[in-house]
Amino acid sequence: MAARFLVVLLLLALPAAAQTRDTLSIGITQYPSTLHPNIDNMVAKSYVLGFVRRPVTAYDASWNLVCLLCESIPTLENGLAVRETTPDGKPGLRVTWRLREGLRWGDGTPITTADMAFAYEAGRDGATGIGPAEFYRSAYEFIAGDDRSFTLRFDRVTFEFASLGDFAPLPAHLERERWASEPRTYRTRTLYDTQPTNPGLWNGPYRVVQVQAGAAITLERNPQWDGPAPAFRRIVVRTVESTPALEAQLLAGQVDMIAGELGLPVEQAGALIRRTGTRFRAEYRPGLSYEHLDLNLDLPVFADRRVRQALLLGLDRAQIVARLFEGRQTVANTNVNPLDWPHDPDVRQYPYDPARAAALLTEAGWTPGPDGIRRDAAGQRLSFELLTTAGNRSREATQQVIQAQWRQLGVEARIRNEPPRVLFGETLSRRRFQGAALFAWVSAPESVPRSNLHSDEIPSAARNWSGQNYTGFRNAEMDALLEALPQELDREKRRVLWQRLQAIYAEELPSLPLWFRQDAHIWPVWLHGVRPTGHLNFSSLWAEEWRVR
Amino acid sequence: MIRLILWRLVQIAVTAAILSFCAFMLIALMPGDPIDLAIAGDPRLTSEDAARLRALHGLDQPVTARYLAWAWAVLHGNFGHSRLFAQPVATLLGPALLSSLALLGLALVLAVVSGVGLGALAALRPRAAPLVQGLALLAQAVPSFWLGILLIILFAVQLGWLPAGGEGGWRFLVLPVATLAFAHLASYARHAASALSVAMAEPHIRTARAQGAGEGRIVWRHALPNAGVPLLTIAALDAGSLVSGALITETIFARPGMGKLIYDAVMGNDFNLALLALLVVAVVTMLATLAADLAQRWLDPRIV
Repeated sequence: MAARFLVVLLLLALPAAAQTRDTLSIGITQYPSTLHPNIDNMVAKSYVLGFVRRPVTAYDASWNLVCLLCESIPTLENGLAVRETTPDGKPGLRVTWRLREGLRWGDGTPITTADMAFAYEAGRDGATGIGPAEFYRSAYEFIAGDDRSFTLRFDRVTFEFASLGDFAPLPAHLERERWASEPRTYRTRTLYDTQPTNPGLWNGPYRVVQVQAGAAITLERNPQWDGPAPAFRRIVVRTVESTPALEAQLLAGQVDMIAGELGLPVEQAGALIRRTGTRFRAEYRPGLSYEHLDLNLDLPVFADRRVRQALLLGLDRAQIVARLFEGRQTVANTNVNPLDWPHDPDVRQYPYDPARAAALLTEAGWTPGPDGIRRDAAGQRLSFELLTTAGNRSREATQQVIQAQWRQLGVEARIRNEPPRVLFGETLSRRRFQGAALFAWVSAPESVPRSNLHSDEIPSAARNWSGQNYTGFRNAEMDALLEALPQELDREKRRVLWQRLQAIYAEELPSLPLWFRQDAHIWPVWLHGVRPTGHLNFSSLWAEEWRVR
Repeated sequence: MIRLILWRLVQIAVTAAILSFCAFMLIALMPGDPIDLAIAGDPRLTSEDAARLRALHGLDQPVTARYLAWAWAVLHGNFGHSRLFAQPVATLLGPALLSSLALLGLALVLAVVSGVGLGALAALRPRAAPLVQGLALLAQAVPSFWLGILLIILFAVQLGWLPAGGEGGWRFLVLPVATLAFAHLASYARHAASALSVAMAEPHIRTARAQGAGEGRIVWRHALPNAGVPLLTIAALDAGSLVSGALITETIFARPGMGKLIYDAVMGNDFNLALLALLVVAVVTMLATLAADLAQRWLDPRIV
């Protein structure tokens, strides 16, 4: 009798428990600076916007370009992309996209070509304040077709032509007049920031219903969404910048999950899972964050590539990954991720080999001095600064190990750390670092590393300190490859170019590859269907697939 | 008295103006401007983009011209727009100030009440003095972030009595207020113990005892008002340091208050937000000092 009573109680309790899971609370460590989809570029913004608006195209979890708002990806084969000559006589492309039928903004207004035309006009106008405007410069003409189709004419041929990236529709019925009245102040008057709860701004499975600046953004189902109904009635994205505090909020039940895109470091996540047993699930997704050491190649100590090779051979990266990161980082051989199709598995590798490293240094003229530090013929010590972002515990621990391992080779690395804004805003961008800098690049699938490796991209006052070739790497063949790669539309021909690029990178080592970071996604056991991508089109773009079991 | 208040208000206005100029220059001297940081984070930003964005944000102007433009706008009631939060600065400051005032006000009251209580215990019961001194030492030695995490683990994670962070009703304030107050009660306990010991040895206390006054009345009516004068000064000065302490507490408990806002604004090169937030905190601190001075005069009319 008692057993039957318990079973009845349990059956009654189950639906109640399921009902309480109509809200999902997500913890992240950053707050978005704006909710405008086309202004500024920020991880937190991309994550939150993934729930509430959809771009035309995106890379999925398999790193393939897919349509989110369009009917099909334009290709030369399906005729939606056509080679042509620009008015200047250069080779160009004319690419057409067709929006899916039935797309609506959250207030019921249909999404049409007019919304794309407005986004294009706003982006083309320099006064709007959109950050990277290269796309709008290259797309020199917008041709409106019917209500659902539009064509862009590009002044160059690139293999990325089908991806519209951040170029997403903007609700012309709400924003056009506001923008047209004064484009220069539009970014301070846009409804995305002054009235973000206006449903007409959003076209995803959710819409924003509440914003608590710096703390939380609350989303609710968008009744106009035409795709599969999302499982949760409400999603609350909370910002908790301190990772110990974020972990505490997870344990206290104030957040249900921690997004791997902006969450705990892998080592903290591993410790959490060990302590909490089966309460949470962790998924570690290798991503496109490339941890490496940039070397200032203008310094005489790094002039000889044998020294750079010796420095890499003298690092036991596999051991560092095993000891500091529970083996959860992928050791890198070049800047191309092994999960990205252009990766060349046969590229030159540098397994830990201190004997070979020492021999290379001796060969390059660096012999051990009385204090154990190597010296060249002129008596110059093999000594340089080793910088990273102050306060980043993982990097600071890595830095200590690197210093110790190089010390065994007779190389002195003097640790000098700086806050991120000083390191990135001044020391690196002005190329004032006197040695090696440990940090990460985040990229997209098959991203051509022009800004890091092309000699035109070395920051200088003349180019407004733009460009990210902080090492000062100059290689004519690499420059030619970086120019040829984007223009090659044939994938197999591109593969050959990528192989050569990786071969030069591995031989010349302008930067010392360390590893590709993994993101630690922490979910409650009842949450299913989240597919981390490992790149900048985040899992939130497919939130309608998330389910409670 | 009115003349004194007016004179002090003029001093506050002048100090705020000088402070705004110094703060603007210091932030401008910090390495890297917002566009440098944007370039470092986005490889697609070209030289052309950098020049366009610097002109758009006025960063291509000399620092003094930018300061004068900012001051002119502020004098006309335009506090500008926050670059970090894409909101008018005035809109952001209101909720943050209220959040911080609730946190700091309650923490200050708790620190003063518990500190003075402990100080009185040490002064009146010498056998309890080592215990109070030990507690004060502990309060000074324990880092706020560590205490905050400990309290969260105990009361939010293990016992589940209180939320681990965020904003809401009074329950969300308990742990951050306790964390912040604990760090500050040490100075009140020590000063109260010392001031009360001195006050209790005064001749008028002996007279009160001789007249048959009870111990409670002696402390409350005769000793505490005398001991309270220096404590008021400490409380006024503490208002400023509480804001810096609030940064850690607000970060640990994920509360979007003034301390965190100022830190984010300075680190993110958000001039409009950083300057106004700093000025608000400075003016509040100066007004607190003025209030303490007036209270001291009220408590001790001999002060001129």
